[in-house]
Amino acid sequence: MKDSGYEYSVVRGFAFSALFWLVVGLVIGLWIAFEMFNPALNITPWLSFGRLRVVHTNGLGLGFGLAAIFATAYYMLQRLTRSPLAFPRLATAHLWLFNAAIALAAVSLMAGMNTTKEYAELEWPLDIGVVIIWVMFAINVFGTLIKRQEKQMYISLWYLIAMTVTIAVLYIVNNLEIPVTLFKSYSLYAGANDANVEWWYAHNIVGFIFTVPVLAMFYYFLPKATGLPIYSHRLSIVSFWSLIFAYLWTGAHHLMLTPLPEWIQTVAIAFSIFLIAPSWGSVMNGYYTLQGNWEQMRSNYLVKFFIIGITFYGLQTLQGPLQGLRTLNAFFHYTDWVVGHVHMGTMGWVTMIISASFYYMIPKVTGTKLYSVKMANVHFWLILAGQLVWTITMWIGGIQQGAMWKATNPDGSLMYSFLDGLTSLYPYYRIRFAAGIVYFIGILIFAWNLIQTVRQAPANAEA
Amino acid sequence: MGINSKPVVFAALSAVVILVGTVVTVFVPLFMPSTQPVSSFVKPYTAIELEGRDIYIREGCNNCHTQTVRPLRTEVLRYGEYSKGEEFAYDRPFLWGSRRTGPDLNRVGGKYPDSWHYKHMQSPQSMFELSNMPPYGWLASNKLDTSVSFRKTSIQRFGYTEDQVKQQIADYKTRVTAQDYDSKETRDLVTPANLRGDLTEMDAIIAYMQKLGRDVKSMGAGQ
Repeated sequence: MKDSGYEYSVVRGFAFSALFWLVVGLVIGLWIAFEMFNPALNITPWLSFGRLRVVHTNGLGLGFGLAAIFATAYYMLQRLTRSPLAFPRLATAHLWLFNAAIALAAVSLMAGMNTTKEYAELEWPLDIGVVIIWVMFAINVFGTLIKRQEKQMYISLWYLIAMTVTIAVLYIVNNLEIPVTLFKSYSLYAGANDANVEWWYAHNIVGFIFTVPVLAMFYYFLPKATGLPIYSHRLSIVSFWSLIFAYLWTGAHHLMLTPLPEWIQTVAIAFSIFLIAPSWGSVMNGYYTLQGNWEQMRSNYLVKFFIIGITFYGLQTLQGPLQGLRTLNAFFHYTDWVVGHVHMGTMGWVTMIISASFYYMIPKVTGTKLYSVKMANVHFWLILAGQLVWTITMWIGGIQQGAMWKATNPDGSLMYSFLDGLTSLYPYYRIRFAAGIVYFIGILIFAWNLIQTVRQAPANAEA
Repeated sequence: MGINSKPVVFAALSAVVILVGTVVTVFVPLFMPSTQPVSSFVKPYTAIELEGRDIYIREGCNNCHTQTVRPLRTEVLRYGEYSKGEEFAYDRPFLWGSRRTGPDLNRVGGKYPDSWHYKHMQSPQSMFELSNMPPYGWLASNKLDTSVSFRKTSIQRFGYTEDQVKQQIADYKTRVTAQDYDSKETRDLVTPANLRGDLTEMDAIIAYMQKLGRDVKSMGAGQ
């Protein structure tokens, strides 16, 4: 590729960082999945479930998720503006600092430095590091946008701008804390307020890391991979603005039936239901883009990833609001059902779209062809099967657990002890672990395929 | 749309759009006393209970245990009185949790004697063969660090003087190391000999367990 001065080394760097943290995060995921039915793996405090679960969520959300977002964002930004990155050396520094921060995050969490606020567990020195990293990224985003060659900003750039702004607000507000020592702090907010701020953050950090930038990838790479333009520009505008407007109201659906004031919960339910519309706006836009060209599901290996991925997004955004309804929430909350819900989004939607985006992008930035389309197909089927078995198992387990918690004898007493409910789930936990292995093998094939693609680059370069 | 060619305006407008819901559902409630009500029956944690709470936080206990009993019939049957907003006025951070791999703990205080907790922390499987809880016996091998206890309570504005904090620590130490401590036998069993005369992390986390939900009982009695 002789694209005049585009900065691709940082794209590549972030893409392979993403793969690295993906593999690490999944190994930890398998480890804690095993601990769920066999506590013998809690060998040392550093490897105990309470500490490792956080390494799993942060490693995949921040390590894999953010690295993949940075890789694709730096790529899309340059292509869509027809301009090289404004500050390429800043981007390189961003890459190194990011990986150092994730490594430190993993170690500090294993050492027990943990604020407990979900997806914001890092202690205050690392919070400052995260903010610096985000500012470094934002400078390049806006610097490149301002000096761009292409006048109109494409849909994907809207999503990237919204993400850049929103993550900054969320992260700073939720992580305001008073330091006690270098490794310990207390939240600025107390009790119900802390809960409300936290779930506003946690719900939206998922939205603006696992939805918004992934939609940016979807809107960019689907047309690129298929040669088909997005079906409706107007629908994408409506979906975009209504999505980012409604998202921020819904955090409290994670706090249903807690002491948080009821009106906040009810407002959250209403906006959650509303959110189905903009979410499905993007789903329909994706489906209609393929109108008349559905044979690409067979002929183009990338289309499967995009279409099945957006389908899981559609299911996710239906399931989520329904779980938020009070009656259903009373049954499902705190069970494995919700664990299944989250993993359909991450293992299905997010990973599918990132996989396809990388398969398209890595050959472009290295000037080569994908090492093996066949391997990519095997990867697809393994992660699809692994994820489906994984999530469906957790849904069934969740229903069973919810029912056992609620079951009463004719005299009104509880039918099952807590332990009865827990131990009845062990068979499901074993199946989940096996499904995780299948998924993990799919991911290893994915990583291997991309490593081989880069390795053969000089020999096969066509530019 | 003209806005699609103006990145800075676009960013500013996005910020306004995301801030509407944020202000209404998060920022405004921060300044409404009804969001986090207070009750004179709910007392702040003692220095030891707070140290125990910080160990609970460090070990990520919240990843498996919730601390909110919902106002549902079977839940109240299982755990006790449902959780009230007032109970959490001193909770920084809140520890409501999001998943019940283990049972809710908001009403665990006073439910079992200390000896039960020493034994259970040391080896959950010795009491419930099929439990998947990690063992935490090693907490009894760690001497409790109280060097910043006063700083912790003052940052949280619990209103204790430094002497009061020292007294709380000394009192609790006297309590658990006394010859007539009702859980002495079990404590000695799980605590290494050289630490039996000191406060350990295990002592602190158990003090915290015993605090959970205790004030609600006095709240009910006072009404």
